[in-house]
Amino acid sequence: MDQSRRDFLLQTGKAIILTGAASIAWDAVVAGAPETAPNYNMADHWWAMIIDIEKCIGCGTCVRSCKAENNVPLDAEHFRTWVERYVVNVDDPEHPQVDSPNGGYDGFPDLGNLSPTMKTFFVPKLCNHCAHSPCVQVCPVGATFVSPDGVVLVDKDRCLGCRYCVQACPYGTRYIDPRTNTVDKCTLCYHRITKGLQPACVETCPTNSRMLGDLKNPNDPIHEYLRTHKVQVLKPQMATGAKAFYNGLDGTVR
Amino acid sequence: MGGFKNGSHLLRVVVFCAAGVAVFLVARQVAVPKDFGKYGHYRAGALDDARAKPVVFAGQKACGECHTDIVELRKTSKHQKVSCEVCHGPLAKHASGDDTTTPKRPDGRTACLTCHLKNVSKPAAFPQIVLKDHADDGPCSACHQPHNPKIS
Repeated sequence: MDQSRRDFLLQTGKAIILTGAASIAWDAVVAGAPETAPNYNMADHWWAMIIDIEKCIGCGTCVRSCKAENNVPLDAEHFRTWVERYVVNVDDPEHPQVDSPNGGYDGFPDLGNLSPTMKTFFVPKLCNHCAHSPCVQVCPVGATFVSPDGVVLVDKDRCLGCRYCVQACPYGTRYIDPRTNTVDKCTLCYHRITKGLQPACVETCPTNSRMLGDLKNPNDPIHEYLRTHKVQVLKPQMATGAKAFYNGLDGTVR
Repeated sequence: MGGFKNGSHLLRVVVFCAAGVAVFLVARQVAVPKDFGKYGHYRAGALDDARAKPVVFAGQKACGECHTDIVELRKTSKHQKVSCEVCHGPLAKHASGDDTTTPKRPDGRTACLTCHLKNVSKPAAFPQIVLKDHADDGPCSACHQPHNPKIS
């Protein structure tokens, strides 16, 4: 009968297509990247940063070494880390003056004698490696993510350069790399910390005002530091789960 | 089509939808990397990419493995915790042995002033100098040994 032959073809076709699709889908399920890093177990770490403002001298060594380590464009617009100088009139704390000439790459010229109502200090900035990162949430293609060890990374192969994350970051730590038109940011020197080295900025900070800490390692000095110091994260009201802890952070810092 | 009126019409819709799903699955298979979603909504290989970058700064430990005399010299120094590569620059190639050239000697004046020039924004406790009050135009290293700068 015509009818049954047609049914037969339809059903067979359907079965073939679905079986093929299912087998392909199953391949995707069982496939996975080969296990990475023989000596480094991502599940054992949860990286954080401590920045001691009371020690920062604004020399800009961190900015220079970051650019050297990570091949960041050497212009005044692209930084993975930079240093800001705050000048606050204590009578008007709502309106601090902030400058960062060339991101602090060349250090800062002296302001000379300030009026007695002014205070001034340096604030190093970098990616806060938020646990609940707004930049990760807005990426439409899964090109940025929080790694299992708590570092916010960018997959340059997938990044479209749509800039959503650049706008979403409350700390302004992302930029579009003009050479690739993809987003770039601080990786906490992921290639270094997974080899047991310090990030370049931490390694070269002459006053040790930057410290890398592993919150999952009970023997890491970061726990002692957090216990014995009054630390704060930037913009805590954003609830980003920021993991860059500042010691001596003034309330005027944005 | 026993008991079901217009069954073939329904079947046609079902097959059409199934074909749509199949096309989607095949397209997804092609478009999505194999290791996407292993750890989360991202490509697991991106972690390896981030890790694969070459190291530029060797790190303090690598320096100390050979330059034990300088480590000894700095032991009692105020500069003990200042990493070698702050002044001597990135030296991972030198440390790995690929680069047999002698690292450049930093200028015994500009290198010092990078940190120690008076700046009102620096923490007051940090040792800073006003150039004209401190010394003439000579190099700092004329009086201060950079690895152990205290003049005894």
